[in-house]
Amino acid sequence: MMRKDLNLIIRNGHVIDPSQGIDGKGALLVEGGKIKEVFQDSGFGIQADSTYEIIDATGLYVLPGLVDMHVHLREPGYEYKETIKTGTMAAVRGGFTSVCCMPNTKPVNDNETVTEFILRKAYAEGACYVYTIGAITKGQKGEELAEMGMMREAGCVAFSDDGLPVMNSLLMRRALEYSKVFGVTIISHAEDLNLSSGGVMNEGPLSLRLGLRGIPVEAEVIAIKRDIELAALTGGRLHIAHVSTAGGVRAIREAKRDGIEVTAETCPHYFTLTEEAVRDYNTNAKMNPPLRTGRDVEAVKEGLSDGTIDVIATDHAPHHMDEKLCEFDRAAPGISGLETALPLCLGLVEEGVLSMSELVKKMALNPARILGMEKGTLRKDSTADIVLVDPHREFTVDSGEFVSMGKNTPFEGRQLKGGPVVVMCKGRIYNMDTGIHKQL
Amino acid sequence: MSETGQQLRNKDIVGIKDLSCDEIELILNTAVGFRDVLRRDIKKVPTLRGKTVVNLFFEPSTRTRTSFELAAKRLSTDVINFSVSASSMVKGESLIDTAMTIQALGADIVIIRHSSSGVPHLLARHLNASVINAGDGINEHPTQALLDAFTIMEKYSRIKGLKIAIVGDILHSRVAKSNIYCLRTLGAEVRLIGPPTLIPEGLIDPDIEIFHSMEEGLRDIDVVMMLRIQMERQDRGFFPTTDEYFRFWGLTLERLSLARPGAMVMHPGPMNRGIEIVSAVADSPQSVILEQVTNGIAARMAVLYLLSGRRG
Repeated sequence: MMRKDLNLIIRNGHVIDPSQGIDGKGALLVEGGKIKEVFQDSGFGIQADSTYEIIDATGLYVLPGLVDMHVHLREPGYEYKETIKTGTMAAVRGGFTSVCCMPNTKPVNDNETVTEFILRKAYAEGACYVYTIGAITKGQKGEELAEMGMMREAGCVAFSDDGLPVMNSLLMRRALEYSKVFGVTIISHAEDLNLSSGGVMNEGPLSLRLGLRGIPVEAEVIAIKRDIELAALTGGRLHIAHVSTAGGVRAIREAKRDGIEVTAETCPHYFTLTEEAVRDYNTNAKMNPPLRTGRDVEAVKEGLSDGTIDVIATDHAPHHMDEKLCEFDRAAPGISGLETALPLCLGLVEEGVLSMSELVKKMALNPARILGMEKGTLRKDSTADIVLVDPHREFTVDSGEFVSMGKNTPFEGRQLKGGPVVVMCKGRIYNMDTGIHKQL
Repeated sequence: MSETGQQLRNKDIVGIKDLSCDEIELILNTAVGFRDVLRRDIKKVPTLRGKTVVNLFFEPSTRTRTSFELAAKRLSTDVINFSVSASSMVKGESLIDTAMTIQALGADIVIIRHSSSGVPHLLARHLNASVINAGDGINEHPTQALLDAFTIMEKYSRIKGLKIAIVGDILHSRVAKSNIYCLRTLGAEVRLIGPPTLIPEGLIDPDIEIFHSMEEGLRDIDVVMMLRIQMERQDRGFFPTTDEYFRFWGLTLERLSLARPGAMVMHPGPMNRGIEIVSAVADSPQSVILEQVTNGIAARMAVLYLLSGRRG
């Protein structure tokens, strides 16, 4: 049920909207599915007739809907892993109201037809807003540029060959140059494929002990440095996906200091888990880039804290159970991340790594800004993408409760704290205590 | 054959690194009794009659499979060889399905070889049957290490304090890994010799010395354990050519003379004569390569026996 006539008042919450510098007691007035006004008081005095729904946000954070700039929705082609419908439901359950899906579908999203298919399907079936990221090269083969301009017109907000990085430096240079016409960002999955070849986990004493082939941190660091140099050469806009290494954070910090236009993201698992999670050949802890060491985890947190890393994305990578219940070497990399991200990120606030306001920036405002999306804000007249978060609610991760089809999580059984209780987007109000599928 | 009350802690043997010193010694002591059985005219005992052992090999192997098969037969078990070629895996059946099928056939012990590290560990978690790792990827080959330790014990009656050099492709060798864990647990002084591309520097036990020169590494060694050089390593650039490998790391009589007089020469087989070892060394009185093969049966009998006993 799509409600264009959504009128409501959210009262007595703690409103945080970095786009307007708001961080304190507040209220929101929503009219016709849009934000009409933000009040910096409890809002008990707001005058409205009985058609207005009233939500009491006492003890809750009222935040702009979260934006995840890095997910895999698997449709078209891999509907047995996830669909646009289930993936967006998982997003909503995690507090995200907008997601950007990577192009590694079947067929690859390397042309406007696939882009249009995804967007049409998402408009009709998606629980939240979906934006597409097109492929840099045709078929993600790293051989020739895809039709970036046409895909941009069809709605793509960025370009990436995520998972199959462009190894040819000349081609990457061309992509960064050409993309400037459209003012779009090139997202780099930074990995030197020759250096990482055959690797399935972080290289170090543990990989040796487990007899698993390692991927040295340098596979990421070298690729990040190359792309930074190419961004400097071309003036193109570069965004580094899922930074996992101390060396990567350092390289980005230096590049920013030098004034190079680069932004970066990391994922909750890179500041929460180390390679130790792989012990016992746990395929749910296999991901790409691989989980690293405690030193890298600390560096990623520092990067988040000092602003080197702009964004936290999930790299939501749902897989079928059979693709994880197999040989470690053959297991598909990635985690189903949308439904555990926010509580893991709230842990950073608890730890003092980030303030709530900085967290909201990294999970809503910054990704929207990097991709030029009018999202991640509670500004007047923006669509009412709002999430109400209870920072105290405790729960145990149970993949059986995921609405994502991907049950692949390394966080199974972990006690987490904090999460969304009400999510608003696309003119709907989702109450997390009621099953999401019942509300579509 | 084992002293009463002594048992292995786990139902499986997936790696030496999970075994305690006591457990390794229990296996080695148990193997002594079986070696004696193998020296009799009638080399078979009824100990495990009625038990079913399955050789589940996902990688081609003749030597290890035959050794396990014979060990199981000497103990009067029923043995089935189940070879799964890589191509039939591609056709569809998953690893877990294959293993569950084997279990449904009534296997008490499943012996697994697979090209991916960790597969025996995965199957051990899913099967009620005991799992024995017969080599997984580049991880471990525990029974090879046990038979090697047994062979060293036969000659020196101890392992503690011996200087043992392992030569060759340490990085990719499951034999080397299991031997390192086993020999270190038993108190040997282990050193590794080979090109830096095949020895992960500083990543193993800090007490293990690494040498890139045979001449330096072999000095005063009691045991030299050679590893098979796999030809595909050359293609992948770990060393330029087998000729060059031989020039620097091949075991010649001249190099062997740097070791302690009468030092023992071992090789898990199959050997590449003229690449990692010359025939004059392989066939010399110092070589125990064929004893290793014979002892392999006794060591594997011990493992089968102890795991069965554990199951009551």
